[in-house]
Amino acid sequence: MTSTTLSHDVHPVHFDAYGKKLGMWIFLFTEVLLFGGLFLVYAAYRFLNHDAFHEGSAELNVVVGAINPVVLLTSRLTVAMSITALQRGDSKRAINLIMWTLILAGTFMFNKYYEWYTKWEHGLFPGMDHYKELPAGKAQFFNLYFFMTGLHAIHIIIGSILLMVIAFYIKKGTINQQRYTYLENGGLYWHLVDVIWIYLFPLFYLII
Amino acid sequence: MSDTQNTHVTGYRFSILIWVDLLILTLLTIEVAQFDFQSLTVIVALVIATIKSYLVGTHFMHLKFENKFLKAVVIGVGVLFLAVLIVLFSDYLFY
Repeated sequence: MTSTTLSHDVHPVHFDAYGKKLGMWIFLFTEVLLFGGLFLVYAAYRFLNHDAFHEGSAELNVVVGAINPVVLLTSRLTVAMSITALQRGDSKRAINLIMWTLILAGTFMFNKYYEWYTKWEHGLFPGMDHYKELPAGKAQFFNLYFFMTGLHAIHIIIGSILLMVIAFYIKKGTINQQRYTYLENGGLYWHLVDVIWIYLFPLFYLII
Repeated sequence: MSDTQNTHVTGYRFSILIWVDLLILTLLTIEVAQFDFQSLTVIVALVIATIKSYLVGTHFMHLKFENKFLKAVVIGVGVLFLAVLIVLFSDYLFY
């Protein structure tokens, strides 16, 4: 980060916004294929264990599950608005909106914690007593549930750290009205993580 | 040098409008899940999810204002995933 900042100061002409964004998109494609592979595993196992996946899904709390997409959706709005604010030169508002995003991310994680905790209490985490007694199909459902929502949660944490760093550099003035690509890239990452949840939510919580 | 940045600015109001659209679609996803369309249930859920992703991609992720190359690659990745999914299921369905 520091070296990039330095090169800005020395060669301001070389700020390649398009290249930075293209690089981000290429990274996002690898993320899509990472989760895509997991969705394929999910699809195949669900096809083989249709009824077991229904039973497993019935044990997830739809209400708690339904709060999270709404929270994430709103956090995506605040990210989009913070980009608008920075493009209009209002860096203070941009930082405020990033803070709101972080609060919403925290709400999401708390919700997730609560949800995982109840499963943990019931011994449904892979390797625990109750989990070991489950029939194979249902065990596969919970295995995938914990792996995929867990991997998603790691992405939320990484995205939050990224946004924190970006907020710091907006405050410093390195990311500003003229050069907001880093904020845009942070926003792209955040939106992608949310798009993954758009698919995870109906596939895990809403199977009849 | 500032002209290297994409100059399109999305207004606050427009972002809020997209947010409302997505909220309605999320509620629709939950509502639709109450009905059993048999084998179509998953398809319905995935179609709504894809409409939501499309809205996010074009407006929030700004793809609408990006160049053709980037759009083409995004569509390419989607097609690649769909192709792998079809090949996988052609294997399972006719096993």
